[in-house]
Amino acid sequence: MKRKLVVIGNGMAPGRMLEDLLEQDSNAFDVTIFNAEPRVNYNRLMLSPVLSGEKTYDDIITHNDAWYEQHGISLHKESPIESIDRSAKTVTSKNGITASYDKLIVATGSDPIVIPIPGSKLEGVITYRDLDDVEYMLRASKICKDAVVIGGGLLGLEAAAGLRAQGMNVTVIHLAPFLMERQLDESAARLLEKALELRGIQIITKANTKSIIGVDGKVNSVELDTGEKLAADIVCMAVGIRPSTDLAQKAGLAVNRGVLVSDDMRTSDTDIFALGECAEHRDKCYGLVAPLYQMGAVVAKNLLNESAEYTGSVTATKLKVNGVDLYSAGDFAEADDREEIVLRDAQAGIYKRLVLKDRRIIGAVLYGDTLDGPWFFDLLKKQEDISDMRDTLIFGQAYQGGEPLDPMAAVAALPDDAEICGCNGICKSKITDAIASKSLTTLDEVRAHTKASSSCGTCTGLVEQLMTLTLGDAYNPNAVTPMCPCTEFGHSDVRRLIKAKELKTIPDVQQALEWKTGSGCAKCRPALNYYLVADWPSQYADDYQSRFINERVHANIQKDGTYSVVPRMWGGMTSSKELRTIADVVDKFNVPAVKVTGGQRIDMLGIKKEDLPGVWADLGKAGFVSGQAYAKGLRTVKTCVGTNWCRFGTQDSTGLGIRIEKFMWGSWTPAKLKLAVSGCPRNCSEATCKDIGVICVDSGYEIHFAGAAGLDIKGSEVLGKVSTEEEVLEHVVALAQMYREQGHYLERIYKWAARVGVDEIRSQIMDNETKRKAYFQSFVLSQQYAQVDPWCERVSGKHKHEFKPMADLSVEVV
Amino acid sequence: MNSAIEPWVLVGQLSDIPRQGARCVKHDKQSIAVFRTMDDQVFALEDKCPHKCGPLSQGIVHDGCVTCPLHNWVISLSTGEAQGADSGATLCIPIKIEQENILIDVSKLR
Repeated sequence: MKRKLVVIGNGMAPGRMLEDLLEQDSNAFDVTIFNAEPRVNYNRLMLSPVLSGEKTYDDIITHNDAWYEQHGISLHKESPIESIDRSAKTVTSKNGITASYDKLIVATGSDPIVIPIPGSKLEGVITYRDLDDVEYMLRASKICKDAVVIGGGLLGLEAAAGLRAQGMNVTVIHLAPFLMERQLDESAARLLEKALELRGIQIITKANTKSIIGVDGKVNSVELDTGEKLAADIVCMAVGIRPSTDLAQKAGLAVNRGVLVSDDMRTSDTDIFALGECAEHRDKCYGLVAPLYQMGAVVAKNLLNESAEYTGSVTATKLKVNGVDLYSAGDFAEADDREEIVLRDAQAGIYKRLVLKDRRIIGAVLYGDTLDGPWFFDLLKKQEDISDMRDTLIFGQAYQGGEPLDPMAAVAALPDDAEICGCNGICKSKITDAIASKSLTTLDEVRAHTKASSSCGTCTGLVEQLMTLTLGDAYNPNAVTPMCPCTEFGHSDVRRLIKAKELKTIPDVQQALEWKTGSGCAKCRPALNYYLVADWPSQYADDYQSRFINERVHANIQKDGTYSVVPRMWGGMTSSKELRTIADVVDKFNVPAVKVTGGQRIDMLGIKKEDLPGVWADLGKAGFVSGQAYAKGLRTVKTCVGTNWCRFGTQDSTGLGIRIEKFMWGSWTPAKLKLAVSGCPRNCSEATCKDIGVICVDSGYEIHFAGAAGLDIKGSEVLGKVSTEEEVLEHVVALAQMYREQGHYLERIYKWAARVGVDEIRSQIMDNETKRKAYFQSFVLSQQYAQVDPWCERVSGKHKHEFKPMADLSVEVV
Repeated sequence: MNSAIEPWVLVGQLSDIPRQGARCVKHDKQSIAVFRTMDDQVFALEDKCPHKCGPLSQGIVHDGCVTCPLHNWVISLSTGEAQGADSGATLCIPIKIEQENILIDVSKLR
């Protein structure tokens, strides 16, 4: 005799389950279905297309009456079940039908949540769950004008789009800060919001509905918390669903949020299964179709005594709004152990985000281009290790090709005329042609022959990729980059060997490290000179012929061979006497241009070399010293007026800045060193993009470093906080000395920090008092030899040959 | 007068120029850079880089070359020609040392 199977509910989950069951054994059970709706089984996913008019009810029927008849299934329509009698193993419907069962399936689905605000029971307030709701909305749209949808989730937005397609004015009210917050992240949600607004749907986020106001028992408007009122002829509540568990609870089944089921989909009664949206499995209730189908398959097998287990599902969502492509899957909440890959093209309306954990995809959001959604979802479900294709993963399946991955693909795909080096206007083919025709094998050679990457250097990576593409294995970008063509050693090796071998002159270094040229070149000589100055301050005699012209003549060479002169203005402070002196110098020497610099000083431009000593002599009489605006050394300490004048100032930032500048002026560093002290976090002296910056706060001083605002823009790193000016000085000076000892010549402090690690620097300066004090003392020692005003020296005759021609033949030749 | 017969003109002493350094010699509106290398050889070039007329006399002198201070072109002191991948040449002026005296040949100058 056939066993009796009773199914409570006729939604998509039991529908699919029956298909599975019948396919495997159509004679095992007599099936009876009780359906609360007056209908056969239809595809609820297709409600939105029905609402928008793209489909009709007939289009979306899954099982018609003939299907039930053909399979001998009794379908009781409009017959909601009133009670389950587990001891008698019967169910009874509200309309009085009783049926007995051997196995029972509870598939009561879920109920839409109606928020209990005033007016929620008015006529015209509806939910969006079944065909009745859709039919109501379709009728309303023919006679009404304004619709308000409460809830900007999947269903609410589909309802809104449908109502809009029916010609209504639609406003979506959403409580969260952005739409579909459970499936999307903010970026994708903003794109979606924009797309919906373009379709004429108004979106209000962070909006809480206060009440629905009625006139004559019918909806008239919706009032928000803010007091704003929105006209409404119908209000659609789509704020969520709740598993429908009343019946199961009354029958004494274990119920939490949903009806509790184990992995075999049985409830606390082994003869009763629960399935679909009403079921709670491993703490999760599902509202999407894929998991419901998977549950259905497990139930069918267990009904036939083939043990099967459901282990939970990872879900993917697609928004079904015509013309809006949106796909989301998995988990994309932010967490420490997660990484993200994001591709964003706001102009084209494309946004893709993958969330990775342990080299595997755990979440994906796609907007605008969802073609790869299923592929990402597949990788996610299979938990495949994506390390090998990580670089190109976000571009999708088409870019993986099953071939071994080629990270050069993007560069290889660039057209010949693609610009590689923006500074010098060098295109791809010019570089690849030069590499091929001139047999270039090093980056330096490519720079020399093409000029690409020889200016700001930001395209170096691209140029190296082109070299790899053109040369293949012949090019090894990881090899230590030699300091210059005179040696095979890199900067770090040279610095280390200078110390280890106690090399104290440039010829000693060149001899000991087997320089390939007799006397070096314009690249290595200034570097070696700096390293020796920094490492042997009391012993090394500065080699002026190894300094760049600016540091030799203590002024900045200009394009026409004239010079510019910048006197020091401590902390940016000046006086009438100083300004008058500058004005007099400008007049006396016919200085063609005077400019205020970014470092709070005054620049006199266009001075002839032979006039420099005269200019300096006059400036020196007024107490000016060189501003070293030309130096790979301490430049300026920019300040704000701090507590002296500013109503927001917390400390004497001007005084502290001047103190630091007076302590540190004259010191040579690997590259220029610019400082700033701000009197409060408003940061008027822009300390957070300086090499070293101090921000005064009420409780002390925050020390920053490794900022940049030149070729690169970079906010500074926080070194730490101290409470007195003395401590500021000690920490700042120690940091500068550490950089002086470790930096590569011409390497700014932010690049050095990136190379050796911010944490390492912080631990040596902030946490290691012995180290910090040692650095400080080394700096103090070196300043004894460095703090000599170079202008004063030259006014008194040093290097006077520099400033005068050796001979003037003009008369003799005439 | 003299120059028509005798092209070599005294411009200074070797000790006037620092090793690996340069001095300028003015000649009407032209400037001539006179270089002294590490091994006390001397060279004279028009003080104009073939690239953008940078003053070569202000550059760093190394191994028979000078690097222009404006854009780092490397110019041979003996031929005036740009080295490496750059091409161009600056006027080279004959020069000699007699005892400690430096003399240049002004007959080629405009």
